[in-house]
Amino acid sequence: MKSAVLVFPGINRERDMARALKLVSGQEAAMVWHADTALPNGTDLVVVPGGFSYGDYLRCGAIAARAPVMDAVRKYAADGGLVLGVCNGFQILCEAGLLPGVLMRNAKLKFICKDVHLRVERSDTPFTRGYNAGQVIRVPVAHGEGNYEADEETVKRLEGEGRVLYRYCSAEGVVDEESNINGAADSIAGIVNERGNVLGMMPHPENHVEDIMGCTDGRGLFAGLAAHLEKVA
Amino acid sequence: MKARVTVTLKSGILDPQGKAIEGALKSLGVDGVASVRQGKVFDIELAGADRAKAEAALKDAADKLLANTVIENYRVELL
Repeated sequence: MKSAVLVFPGINRERDMARALKLVSGQEAAMVWHADTALPNGTDLVVVPGGFSYGDYLRCGAIAARAPVMDAVRKYAADGGLVLGVCNGFQILCEAGLLPGVLMRNAKLKFICKDVHLRVERSDTPFTRGYNAGQVIRVPVAHGEGNYEADEETVKRLEGEGRVLYRYCSAEGVVDEESNINGAADSIAGIVNERGNVLGMMPHPENHVEDIMGCTDGRGLFAGLAAHLEKVA
Repeated sequence: MKARVTVTLKSGILDPQGKAIEGALKSLGVDGVASVRQGKVFDIELAGADRAKAEAALKDAADKLLANTVIENYRVELL
């Protein structure tokens, strides 16, 4: 699995991401600078990592979404390439128009940094095949603006087309108001685009991949991607 | 030429920051505040004197970057 991790000024989770990718796939990820206009040849997966690109100026992800490298990512996604955006990466993908909707300020206005539970809604996608449908995983979140919102029609479409892949839930897998940490529409934690090759999610699976982290629930996402790519190849 | 672009949240979009400000105003004893919505103001200096061109450029700027039209409206004013 040849991954490319995008690096924008103010991003701070790119090393965690590269480490997780290396750990699971055995291959070093290429770090791609925001001003670059092309992705490395043969890239299997583009990752937009978390952090605070451009200090969250204007709107989270707004400036990074207009960086030169994003034109290459748009083209890559249009050709069916796999793109994963985590946290600020999710915000950037929404701002770039690669995913619908927007990440608003958390409903209770507080920055949330803790482990949360996610329900994996289906297992038949490249981004979830490392899990079983309905499985509950524990991964950390760290965001102030992760409250996913879209107009009613868009949310309905996402639900109808099975494009919500990860949802905030309780440890038992119950989706309710209490477990919806940031007030997101339908407790949405992660969605894919229409074609299913671009995933954006607020939680950080890359931070739960090694025993020393206290949990390895995030590994399945990367292992699933690697397995998917192996099968395709 | 000077211009101002005002970006506001569309009606119906939850504005927790506005709500917090509203609460703070009430606790300060500022009377008669029914509700608060927060927005952004961009003061922009434009080279050139063609008003039509300036207006088109500002609209372009707002659509491409200053506003996220999924959730925000904008207003362009030439001052």
